[in-house]
Order: sequence, then structure tokens, then C-alpha cells
Amino acid sequence: MNLVFYTVQQLVNALSIGSLYALMAVGLAMVFSILRLINFAHGDLIMIAAYFAAFALLAKLPLGVTIVLMLSGTILAGLLMERVAYRPIRGAPDVAALLTSFAVGQILQNGTLLVTRLLQKPNPLAFPVIGALSGVFTFGSITIPRVNVVSLLLGIVLLVLLSLFVTRTNLGLSMRAAAEDLPAAQLMGIDINRVIATAFAIGSGLAAVAGLLFAVQAGQLTPYMGFTPVLKAFIAAVIGGFGSISGAIVGGYALGGLEVLLTAIPGIGDILPPGLVSPRMQELLKQWLPSSLTSYRDAFVFLVLILVLLFRPNGILGRREREELG
Amino acid sequence: MLELREVEVSYGNIRALKGISLRVAEGELVTLIGANGAGKSTTLKTISGLLRPKSGTLSYRGQPLGSLPPHKIVALGISHCPEGRHLFGRLTVTENLRLGAVQRPDHEEVRRDIDYVYKLFPVLKERNEQLAGTLSGGEQQMLAIGRALMSRPQLLLLDEPSLGLAPLLVSAIFDTIRQLKREGATILLVEQNARLALDIADRAYVMETGRVTLQGPAMELKHNPQVEHTYLGT
Amino acid sequence: MKLAIRVTNLAPMAGPVAAILALGTLLILLQVMGLAFWQGLVINLGIFLILVLSLNLSNGFTGVFSLGHVGFMALGAYASAILTLPLREKQEYLPNLPNWLAGMHFDFRLGLFPLGFLIATVIAAFLVSLVALLVGLVLMRLSGHFVAVATLGFLVIVRVLLFNADNLTRGSRTFSNVTPYTNLWWVWGWVLLTVYLVWRIKRSPYGRAMFAQREDRWAAQSIGIDVMSPRLLAFVVSAFFTAVAGSLYAHFITSFSPTVFYFDLTFKVITMLVVGGMGSVSGSIVGTVLVVGLTEALRRLEDPSQLYGMSGIILAALFILIIIFRREGLLGQREIALDRLFMKGGGSAVE
Repeated sequence: MNLVFYTVQQLVNALSIGSLYALMAVGLAMVFSILRLINFAHGDLIMIAAYFAAFALLAKLPLGVTIVLMLSGTILAGLLMERVAYRPIRGAPDVAALLTSFAVGQILQNGTLLVTRLLQKPNPLAFPVIGALSGVFTFGSITIPRVNVVSLLLGIVLLVLLSLFVTRTNLGLSMRAAAEDLPAAQLMGIDINRVIATAFAIGSGLAAVAGLLFAVQAGQLTPYMGFTPVLKAFIAAVIGGFGSISGAIVGGYALGGLEVLLTAIPGIGDILPPGLVSPRMQELLKQWLPSSLTSYRDAFVFLVLILVLLFRPNGILGRREREELG
Repeated sequence: MLELREVEVSYGNIRALKGISLRVAEGELVTLIGANGAGKSTTLKTISGLLRPKSGTLSYRGQPLGSLPPHKIVALGISHCPEGRHLFGRLTVTENLRLGAVQRPDHEEVRRDIDYVYKLFPVLKERNEQLAGTLSGGEQQMLAIGRALMSRPQLLLLDEPSLGLAPLLVSAIFDTIRQLKREGATILLVEQNARLALDIADRAYVMETGRVTLQGPAMELKHNPQVEHTYLGT
Repeated sequence: MKLAIRVTNLAPMAGPVAAILALGTLLILLQVMGLAFWQGLVINLGIFLILVLSLNLSNGFTGVFSLGHVGFMALGAYASAILTLPLREKQEYLPNLPNWLAGMHFDFRLGLFPLGFLIATVIAAFLVSLVALLVGLVLMRLSGHFVAVATLGFLVIVRVLLFNADNLTRGSRTFSNVTPYTNLWWVWGWVLLTVYLVWRIKRSPYGRAMFAQREDRWAAQSIGIDVMSPRLLAFVVSAFFTAVAGSLYAHFITSFSPTVFYFDLTFKVITMLVVGGMGSVSGSIVGTVLVVGLTEALRRLEDPSQLYGMSGIILAALFILIIIFRREGLLGQREIALDRLFMKGGGSAVE
């Protein structure tokens, strides 16, 4: 296989994974920017979206209805969690809110477990195949899974729409103000309950989309599938510059690129065309970048997180801390 | 128009306001003077809803304020320009002004009001696409006042507009405040600079450690020996 | 005269001594009656107690919230299990161990006393403390939720490393054949030691420094309290005992894999900590007993009705309620003063 084609293929992979991470990270960032809350239950929103979709599809509902059900269910869950678990503790220390988000996640996970059992479905649950998203596109010698292309395009479209919303509309402007200085935003007559609910709703909606695409790629669901994605989404948001939407987007794609790089590099030793590097070099590459690098990938990603937190806590885009009023 | 009676406010266990009463009538410029920590800013924050009173009543045109959230108080027509300005530093000048009117549905009027603010503070018009955080201290204060005006308030709460500004800028700001008063605004002004405040105000209250210790027409207080000694340095 | 003085000096000791005697009686009864289920429950309780007390020392006292402590537990479990594996078993079971490790086997006894187990546990815990020292040096400067997430990252890293170190840990395969050394006495012996140490630290100058910088890090620094050393000390000591708990756990369930030491266990321990009160030693005891008891009771309901997941929901809901309505936990930072419980007419027993 040609090196160029290989690169293109990996690039598309990186962008499509990046899209998913960006979609998830943006939701986290929006809530964090306004409330200073790291909502780890965000990952479980992804999970229940996948389950909503799975149950709907298993009930033979058409795709359109499935998507509507999935979106509304997830958004409802997001709004509920804000109202019931997070609003009562507004103003609480950071860690209390973080722990609460874990508890909310536990409720969602165990709830899903319960429902799965009540509906007498297996665990793990195989995700039903969606015709429109399965299969591959082939260009010459490149094969790209259709779901990757859809992830990429859908991600970009949604993120562009979000950016427009945030910069052009009054509600978006209110959200940016609330993220900058919450009490000052209140003095502008902004109803922050509405703004916060909007942030949760949008974040949940984007998480739902990510959840569906994730489920298609993973092929099977468990109630715990949201844990690693939310950690990755958090890392993405931190890398980009935690608390800002643009940071989350940049971080998402950066993380996607990093992950693909870590998985793709081992392959290079095999696919380099014979004349490009000396045989000894090729042997060296094969030996020292073994495929086990893949399994260390998650650990590596977290190492990057820790490094960023230590040395560049404001991420790539940076964001200064705000002082409090009132 | 605005009436506070025996209002008490606490930060946790610390009693910041120990039962203050004051009144502002329509068209008046009333000032609150006093030393740091006297509770002046706390009073404004309680009026605008950022703080909840422990006891006492606040009413605006007869309507009780004590349990209303800030955005509803703004909707009643009270606008608070906070101490330290608290602009949205990463948003532009125009966006900050737009935010002052973000709850108003009448877009045409809003645009006209932005023009009014630019007429009041021409330098802001020059910098209208600049990020608010990059403005100088004086320009920031102008923007803060302008932003507070954007909601077309009936009652304007100004908290320490002279803070951190050079004397020349301070008098420019106070000229603007005087102009607003001439145009009929009702203003409650908190100031550490007692001299300027008493020059411009109709009536004044002096606050000390959470209580109102003196009140009366500004003219009288200006010549009050205690005030002269403690706050005017004569 | 002299006799009277000596009696009043002993009075404060009455409470704790009585408690220890009561505990001893209970353990003897359990041992003698041979009820395996109850023995298992009490052993489990003890292991959780050590975990919660250690976590309290790190999170509750200093306010530096670590979510990665179960990683230390995992390391302690694997390290001690590898060490206590008898020589022949080691060669068969872990054929690719490096030579210096393959030769070590701490399965010897001193008479009837499994001395090797004790030494292996201590060595493992000590090694884990060194790891904690490194991790702590790196992470202790972070604060708030960032240190929480960074330590969570540590947990993930440990898990990945354990999964990949096939030669040492058998990777994702179950690590079994562990000698079941753990019994009531080992566990509760370590529990008493942990309680005593954590209690002493709380009452020491170091402990006061920990609590001071918990409330307000900057204020503490401004009056000259060294913020780093108490934090680091708490972190490392807590890692030591967490590793001990790991060793006890490994030699109790005798077979495990890295999946055991992950987030569910972490959340359970945190629930016990929060319910009891972060910063209170007696609170940890109360919280652990409550949550373990509740979990068992709920499990009784779950099994017949097959409603798996219900106990998780109820515990999580309890957690949220505590955070909303009684954030400092049942005891906050206060302690149950055992000595006052036994004094006649002595005021409130909660100080």
C-alpha cells in the first residue's frame, strides 16, 4: 500500500475520531465554563443515547423516529440532572460537584443495567446495524468506513452551527457572558437558570450524536461504555484550553490526531516502501515501535493530560482565571 | 421610588449590614459615602439581588425586592454598575453594550441607544471592535456606565466609578454623571471620594461598619464638622 | 492519694480499651462459630475500613482529593501476591519473571505465624509508597478538581500498565493461586494500627497543618505553613495503608485481575468516606459500617428479584442527598469521644 494513501486514510480517521471527541468535549466545556463543574456524567449521556437508539431500532422503529427519540431522551436526561443534582449545589466547592457528577453517572449506569435486565436484553448489547452508516467508501486503494466520513462531516457541520449560535445570537452571547463572569451576567438581566439549562441541553444533544456514532463504530454497548469517552473528552478539552468552546474543538481534533498517530506509527515499519529507508532502519522501526504501543495508548493519553495540567494548564488556546463578584 | 428599611445582610457569620434604612426619590442623585468596608457595596449588591437580605424590607415603587433574583430586578428597571466594573473582558465593546440590552426585544431602539452611548463617550466608538479587557481604566469605566445605561434603567446604581482612575478622568466621569442627572436619571452613587460625591449629590448617607450614621442634604453634610474631619480631610 | 490519681489518669483510656475488648470478643465469637459468611463480611468490612481511613488521611485531612488510590491498592495486591507465591508455583505460573524476582518467595512461617506474608505485605506497601512519593511530588501542586482528575489518570495508567505487564501480572488473565493468608486477625490487626496512626496524625502538628491548608491554602501559606510536606506525607502514608489493604484483599479473594481495581471500587470507597465525614476518623468507621451494611441488605433484595443495579442507584442517590443536604457528612470533622461516652454525666459525646 502506498504511503500517501495510508496517510490520507489515517488523516480521515484522525479527523473523524477528532470530530467525536470535539462533539463530546464541547458539551463538557460549555457546562464547565459557566458552572465550573466537570460533569463526568456527560459520558453516561453518551451511553444512554446509544441505548435509546438501540432499543428504538430493536423495536423496529424507523431511523428518523429513532434519532428524534434518542435526542429528546438524552436532552431530557441532561436537563433533569441539572435541575435535580446540580442546581441545589451551585456554589459548592469544586470537588463536591465533581463527586456528584460521578454519583449521577452511577445512577445512569445502574439504571441502564436495570432497564436492560427488565427488557430481558443481553449485556453487552449488540448495536443493531444501521444501513446508512455501515459499509465503506472506496477511492482507489483507500477504504474508509462510511461511519467515519459521516462522523467527520456531521461533526464539522454541527460545530460550525454551534459557533454561529454562540457568536451571532443573543442567547449565545448570554452564554459567553455567563461563562466569563456569572454575577455580572446576572446584572445584565440574563436569567442564568435558562442559560445553564441551554448549555446542558446543547451539550446533551451533541453528546447524543456522538453516542450514536460511537455505538455504530463500537458495535456493542455496555452501561459502562461512557467512562473512557468522557475521560478522553475531558483531556481534549484541557489540551485545547479548558472552559472555552474553541479550545474544546481544537483539543478534540488534537487528541484524535494524537491517538491515530500513536496507533498508526507502528504500522509504518511495515508499510514503508522498500527503497525509502535502509533495511536496518526498517528493522529498528519494527522492533522499537511494536504494536503494543497501541495498548499503551490510553496510558499515554493520560500522561499527556498530566503534563498539560502541570506545565500548560491553560491548554493550547489558554484562558485566564476570572475573579469573583458578589 | 426606592426604599430600604432595617435591612440586614450577612456573609456567613459576618454581619455586613446591621439594619440600614434609606430612600431614593425619583430624579434624585443620592450618595452613600463612608470608609472601606462600611458596607456601601454590600448595600448596592443587595438592592440588585446579588445578595439576599437576612431581614428587613427593600421595595421599589412599592414592589418588594428581597426575594427576587437579579434578572427580575433588572427587568423592573434597576441597573447596577458594579465595583471594579466587571466588564466581559474577552468580548468586544459593542458586545458588552449589546449585553446591557440583551433582554430587550426592541432591536431598533437598542441600536439607537448604542449610538447614544457612543455620543456620550466618543472614545468608545473608536474602539468598538476592541476587546473590553484591552481598554484603559478610564475607557473601561465609561464602558461600564454605558453598559449599565443600555437597559434604559429608571434607577442607576453606580459603585465607586472613580476607583483606580486618574483625577482628570475622574472629573470627566463625574461630568457625565452630572449630565445624566440633568437628563432626569435617578442615581444611587457609592463613592469613597466624599468630596466629589457630596458636590454632585442632592442627598447623602454616611455609612460606618454596616450602619447609617448620618444623613441629610448633601449641602449640609458637606459642612458637617464630623464629615469634614473624617472624610474630607479638613 | 496516689491510687486515686492513677485511676483518673486511666479514665480516658477506658473508652478505646472497651471498644477494643468488644471487638476482640466479636472476632473470637466469629472465629469460634465458624460462620463463613459473617467472617467474610467482617473481613470485607475491615479491608474497606483501612481503605477509607487511608483515603480520609489524604482527601479528608488535606482536602487534596485523590481519585486514584485504588491504583495503589492494585499495585499492593499484585506486588504482595507475586512475592508470597511459593517457589514452584512461581515457576509454573509466572514463567517469565526476571530471575531476581523468581527467586524470592515469602511463603515461610515462623512456627505457625506466616511471617513471610507480613514481610511481603510490608515490602509491597513500602514500594508502593515510593511510587506514591513520585506521583505525589508531581501532582501535589495541583488543586481542586484538577488533582482529582490527574489522579484518576494515574488510576487508568496503572490499569493499563497492569494489563500490559504480562510477564509480571499475567495481564488480563486472572491472577489466582494466591495463598489465602488473610483472616479476621490480620485484617483487624492492621485496622487497629491504621486507626491509631491516622488518629495520632490528626492530633499532631502535622495534622493541624493539614487541616489548616485544607480550608484555605493561601491563608495557610501566608502564615508560614509549609503546604507541600503535609500534603505529601498524607498522600504517601495513605498510599502505604491502601497498599496493605490491597495485599489483604489479594490474599482474601485469592484470584483477581486488573478490572477489579477500577472505578466502581473507587466510588464505593468515596461514598463511605463522604457519608462518614471527611476529616473524621470515627466518621470513617461509621460511614464504612453503614455503607457496607446497606450494600449487603440491598443485595439481599437484588438477588431474589434479579433487579441488579438497584443497589447502585440507591447508594448513588444517598450520596447525592448527603452532598446536597449534609455535605460535611454525618460527622464532619468531629470525632466521637469514646472517653466521654463512658463518663458519668459527661457532656456531649461528639466533640
